[in-house]
Amino acid sequence: MGFNKVVANAEEAVQDIRDNAVIMLGGFGLCGIPENSITALIKKGVKDLTFISNNAGVDDFGIGLMLKTRQVKKMIASYVGENAEFERQLLSGELEVELVPQGTLVTRCMAAAYGFPAIFTPAGVGTEVAEGKEVRNFKGKDYLVEEAFEADYSIVKAWKGDTAGNLIFNKTARNFNSVMAMAGKISIVEVEELVPAGQLDPNFIHVPGIYVHRIFQGSNYEKRIEQRTVRSK
Amino acid sequence: MALDKNQIAKRISRELKDGMYVNLGIGIPTLVANFVPEDIEIELQSENGMLGIGPFPTEEEVDADLINAGKQTVTLRTGGSYFDSALSFGMIRAGKVDITVLGAMEVADNGDIANWKVPGKMVKGMGGAMDLVASAKNIIVAMQHTDKAGNSKLLPECTLPITGLKCVKKVVTDLGVFEITPEGFLCTEYAPGVTIDEIKAKTAGRLVISDQVKEVQL
Repeated sequence: MGFNKVVANAEEAVQDIRDNAVIMLGGFGLCGIPENSITALIKKGVKDLTFISNNAGVDDFGIGLMLKTRQVKKMIASYVGENAEFERQLLSGELEVELVPQGTLVTRCMAAAYGFPAIFTPAGVGTEVAEGKEVRNFKGKDYLVEEAFEADYSIVKAWKGDTAGNLIFNKTARNFNSVMAMAGKISIVEVEELVPAGQLDPNFIHVPGIYVHRIFQGSNYEKRIEQRTVRSK
Repeated sequence: MALDKNQIAKRISRELKDGMYVNLGIGIPTLVANFVPEDIEIELQSENGMLGIGPFPTEEEVDADLINAGKQTVTLRTGGSYFDSALSFGMIRAGKVDITVLGAMEVADNGDIANWKVPGKMVKGMGGAMDLVASAKNIIVAMQHTDKAGNSKLLPECTLPITGLKCVKKVVTDLGVFEITPEGFLCTEYAPGVTIDEIKAKTAGRLVISDQVKEVQL
């Protein structure tokens, strides 16, 4: 009824995702990845998924877990260097990979969120990324025409969210999450803290609820760190 | 003595001016942050979505939600901010970042750069490198002058897949400092103990020695 976007848990949030779905998955490295939803997709066992995601996780965490279970058909990513199973599947031809410059990747998501069919970007001009793409010249500089991504789902993790789907992200865990939350046909969000509508300051909402279809309270976050660098006092 | 990695970073730190926004790549470029002169203030941009990278956290301060583009845990300086990746590349594309320091496998004497792919080897991806080189106003490359086999990395043209065209402004290597000019690499400084003959022998691209060439001051 009304604007209540809340679902019970990750299983319910992903229950209609079918084989061959195209999914945007938020996070940068392992920072801010939707851990609960990844676990639910593994449990569900859907196959031949295409992921649009900056990275492919590590061997035993993030998207890496779904590579192990052979659920991934194609990765569209900017940097995939932390994952031995990924490398094996890529070299054996089991996995299809499309490498996209990071700014182009996120801006093609942004275009979907903002209703633009394509963007013009100078990134990749004169490189193999430009092969087969239209080039436009504005004021003497060349730009590639890069189309907005079309994803069946986006799955992201936010810090706080309310029952109406308004979202706030924490520190650099915002990364691709807020943009992707606005870019999929069906937007699924797991949050560390779910509150009733009205409790988040409307001045500080990063993603308005109009973009969000399903939201749930996540649990048991591991929040694994890839490079734990510290200083002494 | 040729410059070591820290000395290359220290030399590059002298390019920084008070009030600059700076993006540092992974490797030697990251070390530049350790040599920022004390009498200036700069702000480091990280393409995963922050301005104002601070030092590594103490054990107690470690936060999985606060990392740099190299996925290292970091802190935020006073006055810093967080934003999404689209805005992060927006400010890069719009030319708001004053200096970008990158590593490279090859630089051509017209400023082309190759630093993302070696055919036949595992390809890890370009990350944000193509976006940075396509838009940054002032790109400085930090790298070794030759590869492990002794081949020059300063070339007439890149042999590896290109990251960006005619974008590098300056190269600092273990042997010296080189500006990209219409005439090719202009050597303006040489490392202590390194001869001009050695630089000539190890530079495959067009090379011009500046009239005012001098020893690198660290």
